[in-house]
Amino acid sequence: MNFTNFGRYLLLLKAVFRKPEKFKIYLKAIFKQMDFVGVGSLGLIAIISTFIGAVMTLQIAFQLVSDFIPKTIIGSVNRDSSILELSPTITAIVLAGKIGSAISSEIGTMRVSEQIDALEIMGINSPGYLILPKIIAGITMVPLLVIMSMFLSITGGYIGGTLSGAVTPAEYIQGITTDFNPYTIVVALVKAFVFGFIITSVPAYEGFYVKGGALEVAQASTRAVVVSCITILACDYIVTQLLL
Amino acid sequence: MIEIKDIHKSFGSNKVLQGISGKFEAGVTNLIIGGSGSGKTTLLKCMIGLHHPEQGSVEYDGREFTSMNFEEKIEIRKEIGMLFQGSALFDSMTVEENIMFPLNMFTEQDHKEKLDRVNFCLERVNLEGKNKLFPAELSGGMKKRVGIARAIAMNPKYLFVDEPNSGLDPKTSIVIDELIKELTEEYNTTTIVVTHDMNSVMGIGDYILFLHEGKKFWEGSNKEIAHTEIQELNDFVFASRFMKAAKGKF
Repeated sequence: MNFTNFGRYLLLLKAVFRKPEKFKIYLKAIFKQMDFVGVGSLGLIAIISTFIGAVMTLQIAFQLVSDFIPKTIIGSVNRDSSILELSPTITAIVLAGKIGSAISSEIGTMRVSEQIDALEIMGINSPGYLILPKIIAGITMVPLLVIMSMFLSITGGYIGGTLSGAVTPAEYIQGITTDFNPYTIVVALVKAFVFGFIITSVPAYEGFYVKGGALEVAQASTRAVVVSCITILACDYIVTQLLL
Repeated sequence: MIEIKDIHKSFGSNKVLQGISGKFEAGVTNLIIGGSGSGKTTLLKCMIGLHHPEQGSVEYDGREFTSMNFEEKIEIRKEIGMLFQGSALFDSMTVEENIMFPLNMFTEQDHKEKLDRVNFCLERVNLEGKNKLFPAELSGGMKKRVGIARAIAMNPKYLFVDEPNSGLDPKTSIVIDELIKELTEEYNTTTIVVTHDMNSVMGIGDYILFLHEGKKFWEGSNKEIAHTEIQELNDFVFASRFMKAAKGKF
């Protein structure tokens, strides 16, 4: 059954990447989706990233109570954790909930109300028209959101650490600037790219093949979020294994 | 002209269509009628390529449709207009954007030309000035008329209509029926209407194909339908009290 779904998913992707009927119309749809995926998620990602950074700093400080460990470690551990894991993965999982359910229910509703059939009858490649702009928005905007998340998570760590007195500003800044390996950013952006693809394509698949009515659309939406989250975590492991 | 030959379609073990054939001429209103579950919507979907029949062929003016590849089907579909049972208007677009959508996709006209075409189509379905309304702001009858306006925007050679009267009051149903007939005669389109509404059958059925349990039971015109000896057809035609009372006056 899962192999059948995977096969159908690949066939859908093949249809998605067919040549667009009119680039101008697709471009307009891509910008609209970028606004929805990127700008529409800025506030949520900013709040979550800042708090996660602050909490991470406090927890690292709590666990590293030793005279032999310099407090600058708090900054460097927070930096690497945020860049490599927390920012890409937490951002992706939050977006899978926010964007994924919206994509699945939008396309699912279009399916059950025959709007997708109407596109097909007009001679429009409906997977391309409906899904391609979402995928392009996902693979471009999720990396940008992840970059912002990294910055805010590290900043949140600074605010949380200094406000609580767990670390001084000087120690924290020394920590985040010591032994920085820029390659970690590359790993994070590769993850963000892959996650952006999953967050948009998996819910689109779930919505596109909905049969029935409102109940089935809701079920597809839930399934889209669950499958996206599991796929994100599995791909997180694979990308980490391959790149580190 | 559209010709279907020996169409078979099953879903699992359920044989929905069993060898349906028929010829639908241009300029006349062709009706596919039958009770619920008789296979009329499935037949329509096989004709437009939303379902793939296991056997049989569909020819659009001699062009065999079922064996065409994706790109070839697109060329035929550009000549098709369709009104769906639920209208299938795009929720996120206004009336104007809905009608303009196929023009945006497939023509190189400038905005003014497209707007003129939209206004012409809206005028044709008596909805002038409703350009900026969203589908949620329209009544059922208005949605159907916008659906028709969108269907005729590209000057289709073939017009498919699925249950045009479902959910409409009798007066609005007659307006929609007459509109379909007028458009068919005016533009010489090959129009196929799927319905189980006897008012439509008697009002606009130039050619009628009656389906029962996935098989073609009868074909003819609305002048002949009330005078057959076929039990299944008579059960369908004279099911309502009104039709029973009027029996013998046709």
